[in-house]
Amino acid sequence: MKVTMRVNGTERAGDVEPRVLLVDFLRTNLLLTGTHVGCDTSGCGACTVLLEGEPVKSCTMLAVQVAGRDLTTVEGLAQGGALSAMQVGFHEEHGLQCGFCTPGMMLVGNALLARNPDPTEEQIRWAISGNLCRCTGYMNIVKAIRHAANLNQEAAKAGSHAAAVPVGGGE
Amino acid sequence: MFPAAFDYVAPATLDEALAILKQRGDDAKVMAGGQSLIPLLKLRFSQPALVLDISRLPSLTGVKRHNGHLVIGALTRHVDLERDAELAKTFPILPEAAHWIADPLVRNRGTIAGSVCHADPSGDWGSVLLALNAELVAQSSAGERVIQAADFFTGPFATTLRPDEIVTAIRIPMSSGPSGGSYQKLERKVSDFATVAVAVQVEMDGRKVARAGIGLTAVGLTNIKATAAEKALAGREPTDEVIAEAARQAAAAADPKDDIRGTAAYKKDVVRVFVQRGVKAAIGRAQEGKA
Repeated sequence: MKVTMRVNGTERAGDVEPRVLLVDFLRTNLLLTGTHVGCDTSGCGACTVLLEGEPVKSCTMLAVQVAGRDLTTVEGLAQGGALSAMQVGFHEEHGLQCGFCTPGMMLVGNALLARNPDPTEEQIRWAISGNLCRCTGYMNIVKAIRHAANLNQEAAKAGSHAAAVPVGGGE
Repeated sequence: MFPAAFDYVAPATLDEALAILKQRGDDAKVMAGGQSLIPLLKLRFSQPALVLDISRLPSLTGVKRHNGHLVIGALTRHVDLERDAELAKTFPILPEAAHWIADPLVRNRGTIAGSVCHADPSGDWGSVLLALNAELVAQSSAGERVIQAADFFTGPFATTLRPDEIVTAIRIPMSSGPSGGSYQKLERKVSDFATVAVAVQVEMDGRKVARAGIGLTAVGLTNIKATAAEKALAGREPTDEVIAEAARQAAAAADPKDDIRGTAAYKKDVVRVFVQRGVKAAIGRAQEGKA
């Protein structure tokens, strides 16, 4: 089946069997390997992508389901070579150890901030509750997302929209 | 892991979808959000010849009020119910139950009717619908049929829905008196299935319980409607003794199995405790004016 979707703002097309999972389409057909395959059983969130701005598990979707829709992967976070606020947050707060869960964590964090720019620690913890970190680095992941929220707020105060990320908040 | 090969169609109209099911219903699976079906396809527990994706059908999403019913479109997602501020006041059991389903990512895709039609005895919505005396609207090319939730579940992953039918809406009767509900769930961690969960809805008449609905999750071959417990509350003033008796009746209706989540005896006792907590929470909400 021919399938066309918008990935990180660019129209992408492929020819896939209906049974091809979205994560495999991204990694194998589009060579976007930032989206990881973790448990492959809908349990870990390593394969998280944003569908119309909302986090979903790409191992539990078919590529054909996304036809005509808008997708953001971790490759879509940095804009013009500049790290997004979320990526800066993970860098500054040491939000990653092995890095395997990081794409999913950052995308979930972005979707949270798009919906709730000033989340409490508890709200951050609920937002990432579908994403597992095998290094158990949750403390710093929570801090990193909060750091990104602070950066966005500072940027908004300064009147600059450059760092006011919400990538993939829909079009 | 990837599924066995299948044909895939995502029709744009309900009529088209129903015509396809009339032809091929016997070897087709209807997919809404796919959050239960795709894992089954990947494990090859399910190998349908055709996957009929109904997620692009118009006007099956959202909550409205019509003819004394709350009408929930089949494709309404768990997250939509979880974040519905109006439902939090009028049917608090719905956002509360939604919040405990799977994890936030699954809730962004999974739908209420998809979950109910999947009919996992550990599914949360089945018990909620039993407690609310809900009915399901099923469409086929022959017309519309209304199925009571109490008549819907026939066994694990089995329902009275026919292969040529699609559930298009869930209807919940709105009560005249003050009402409230609660969903109590024990899970080992986020995204685990329930060890035990209990849905309770009450309608009050002054100090008395006019009607009560109680549904039990993960303690039998289907979600269970605890009718003896409901009767033990109806028309009574909900004293601690009356509530304790209803809770004992509900525990007696549960038929759990020993498994990694707990022993059967433990689960029965959790049912008893959760019915007590759930009834008290539901009455509290009804009396707060969350009518």
